[in-house]
Amino acid sequence: MADSRTVTILDMARSQVLESGHGLTQDQVLDVLALPDDELDPLLELAHEVRMRWCGPEVEVEGIISLKTGGCPEDCHFCAQSGLFDSPVRSAWLDIPMLVEAAKQTAKTGATEFCIVAAVRGPNARLMAQVAAGIAAIRDEVDINIACSLGMLTPAQVDELAAMGVHRYNHNLETARSYFPQVVTTHTWEERWETLRLVRDAGMEVCCGGIVGMGETPAQRAEFAAQLAELGPDEVPLNFFNPRPGTPFGDLETLPVADALRIVAAFRLALPRTILRFAGGREITLGDLGARQGLLGGVNAVIVGNYLTTLGRPAEADIDLLGELHMPIKALNATL
Amino acid sequence: MDTFCDQCGSLVELGDHARCALRRGLEPPRFCAHCARRMVVQVTPTGWTARCSRHGERCG
Repeated sequence: MADSRTVTILDMARSQVLESGHGLTQDQVLDVLALPDDELDPLLELAHEVRMRWCGPEVEVEGIISLKTGGCPEDCHFCAQSGLFDSPVRSAWLDIPMLVEAAKQTAKTGATEFCIVAAVRGPNARLMAQVAAGIAAIRDEVDINIACSLGMLTPAQVDELAAMGVHRYNHNLETARSYFPQVVTTHTWEERWETLRLVRDAGMEVCCGGIVGMGETPAQRAEFAAQLAELGPDEVPLNFFNPRPGTPFGDLETLPVADALRIVAAFRLALPRTILRFAGGREITLGDLGARQGLLGGVNAVIVGNYLTTLGRPAEADIDLLGELHMPIKALNATL
Repeated sequence: MDTFCDQCGSLVELGDHARCALRRGLEPPRFCAHCARRMVVQVTPTGWTARCSRHGERCG
């Protein structure tokens, strides 16, 4: 049975977010995250309405690829690619022909976004040269938007990437500012924020999200949503924690399904106009039903196929689902 | 018959590999099933390759 407080936050969200387009505040997000399980369905329905009203039915589909895997000097406690942990992931570099082939595979799924990712603190000259060569080779053969995620950037590197035609740059804040020191000790949240500011100033689209379920409190989830809203990214990728063997967080449990879905809806209500992307860990946290529930609960973008070091649902399964839900794939170069 | 678990790298016949079996659906192999060496794994949007320096490459 819904109590008066429950009715109040959903009613407020309907008026403030759905009708006026103003995202929920941090305190309001926390109220949403505290909703009981029997209010989950109406919450997801409202988040879906908000997404349809302010973003429309289109879904942005993306594939991602790891250009440089493993051996990272940073100590992000969730990450199997840190060279500081006893992880089974070994270092690897992808060559240009394989990168182009991956872009082709991605385009064949119907995706319009292809993100090139490297496990580094920030790119060195060798990596920047590899990225430049890779982007040029992809452009020769594949019609697809290219994004990059290469860690922290200098102003000169931001300008280089913009000149290469990188239309969006991913750099996740990962978690709330107050929780970040429990997750990463080799760099700061503020350093990440600075890269995001540089990317925005250079005219590239900003992609910034994180991972939920790393031991943060609901209050810190609300804090994170508010910090993302302050940043105002074009895209927020929402990853669900997936414990990686050998990492400091390797023994943490995954989020309960209801909590994960509440977070999806709450982030949509905090960020009504943002591209909210289902990213890594959704399969292990939400199972096969998760894609449907998320797409009907505020999500309007997906990473299809595999992730950087782990596997995902077959791309066809997600594409078929979009057809079933009458959600068209966003056209190339269209803006949501 | 594999000698080593491709997820945890320990002997298949020793211990409980139930968690490894669960993980396998969403993980490429990490260890060579013949010698337990860590493999160099490259995941792409639609597949993966895993290369052992001694026993060659697997793909999926």
